[in-house]
Amino acid sequence: MSYVPSAEARERIDRAVAAYPEESAALLPVLHLIQGESGHISPEAEAWVAARLGIPPIRVREVVTFYTMFRRRPSGQTVIQVCRNLSCTLAGAEGVVAALRRELGLGPGDGDTASDGSVSLVTVECLGNCDRAPCLQVDGIDRGPVTPEAAVAIVREIRGR
Amino acid sequence: MSEDAVRLLPADEGSWDLGSYLRRGGYASARKAVTGMAPADIIAEVRKAGLRGRGGAGFPAGLKWSFVPQGGPGPRYLCVNADEGEPGTFKDRAILVRDPHRLLEGMIVAAFAVGIRTAVIYVRGEYARLAGRLREAIAEAQGRGFLGRGIFGSAFDLEVIVHLGAGAYICGEETALLESIEGRRGLPRLKPPFPAVVGLFGSPTVINNVETLAAVPAIIGRGADWYTAIGQSKDCGVRLFSLSGAVRRPGLYELPTGMPLRTIIEDFGGGPPEGVAIKAVIPGGLSAPLLRADELGVPMDFESMGQACSMVGSAGIVVIGDRTPILEVLEVMARFYAHESCGQCTPCRIGTSWIHKTVTRIAGGHGRSSDIDLILRLTDGMKGRTFCPFGDAAALPMHALVAKFRDELEREVGR
Repeated sequence: MSYVPSAEARERIDRAVAAYPEESAALLPVLHLIQGESGHISPEAEAWVAARLGIPPIRVREVVTFYTMFRRRPSGQTVIQVCRNLSCTLAGAEGVVAALRRELGLGPGDGDTASDGSVSLVTVECLGNCDRAPCLQVDGIDRGPVTPEAAVAIVREIRGR
Repeated sequence: MSEDAVRLLPADEGSWDLGSYLRRGGYASARKAVTGMAPADIIAEVRKAGLRGRGGAGFPAGLKWSFVPQGGPGPRYLCVNADEGEPGTFKDRAILVRDPHRLLEGMIVAAFAVGIRTAVIYVRGEYARLAGRLREAIAEAQGRGFLGRGIFGSAFDLEVIVHLGAGAYICGEETALLESIEGRRGLPRLKPPFPAVVGLFGSPTVINNVETLAAVPAIIGRGADWYTAIGQSKDCGVRLFSLSGAVRRPGLYELPTGMPLRTIIEDFGGGPPEGVAIKAVIPGGLSAPLLRADELGVPMDFESMGQACSMVGSAGIVVIGDRTPILEVLEVMARFYAHESCGQCTPCRIGTSWIHKTVTRIAGGHGRSSDIDLILRLTDGMKGRTFCPFGDAAALPMHALVAKFRDELEREVGR
């Protein structure tokens, strides 16, 4: 299966590429745009990006696998990132993670998606929101401090939508 | 809040926009620099102000600017490090949210002083929402002729690119940051050559932290003497202290440099919550070796903290209460450094993952009596043996924790 981004995404990709002195420097922004549209970056998408930027496919694979925010498998409609670095751990982050896994029916595997496809759960290192620990992000929007009960309520609200 | 507080940063995000910033006197310093000062004089003023890097390493900003070779063909670049990832640090986030124009103004001054026409702001991927506001601020500044072509009617041009990272702590290391902007994995480069000579796309490059650049407008506007008079020690000016963990009032505090760590925690943070005593404090982000409760009288300046075998680093203060097992802190550290090591240098790649495995074994109740010495030996094997400062940033705090709380860890192993 070949992959081609939408016309709108291709236009935004063109603008991103034009902003840099060298085309290959647009690799991260282009991957962000593709993931924003598709939810993840498939091997076919990697091949399309390599051709678009004129770089070897291995360089795209290296970058996709190096940066933790790039996802190689389909994600849920909403992605929740829970911080469990020091300030959040001191404030009870492990309880938040455990409550979310229970609510979503997930095991300890990181980045897994609930069986209904609604939410993916990722544990991350510091989100830079330590005075609001324990904190998390719902599709990039900061929330905190959250109790385990508040985190479960967030999931229920997402699934009720 | 005591009268010691200096307020350069607005207290909330209600007045981030250009109109509000101009009412606070915004862009007057950039105008003064671009239309009335010689580049060499700008650099001299910033050097005189003693402004040291606020990202962690504390390198003098004016000196860094002066390292860029003058004259010669080809572009030069300014890279702004907004990859705030040092655990316990949330100051650059506040500048991006509350006062993005102050950053842009500092960038204009720096770029003009060094002869730069293109700047790249590297924003960590987790701050994507904040980058949206930054883009709005850039558009506002362009609309008024503060960015773009012919700034303030002069012949000086400055173009700004916002570049989003994608979740990699190592990209806060300046040469890894350059690799990431160039569209590669964030693997730090071997130095020399230093970025001032061979940096982004092989061209001379200045890399400054967000807070460092945001300090520049006040220095140019009010003068180096005003700035140096604020600090309470050899360090000059004010800093943003991120305070979190076991305190009553966690938050961001803008205070003179050199204030004792205990004063920040007790007087501003309100001390630990009822019934909790301080066990230890991380003074400058997770990579700064922790201090015991009896070591908190140290002033928060580079020299004093260095003498206390720690560092001010990013000024991210995390207070650890006496109810927290020290092993829990070590587990977080070991996992973090093993996860974030880029894997390029063997001592760091093997060292961090071996320490993580060992700490996990102790936490699982299967610790061996030799494990504590093994952790110390592994940290010794990393120190000074890697391309970039990450190896030390992992080894030193874990070594300090084990050395200072060895008795408690021995009890965990013996359980």
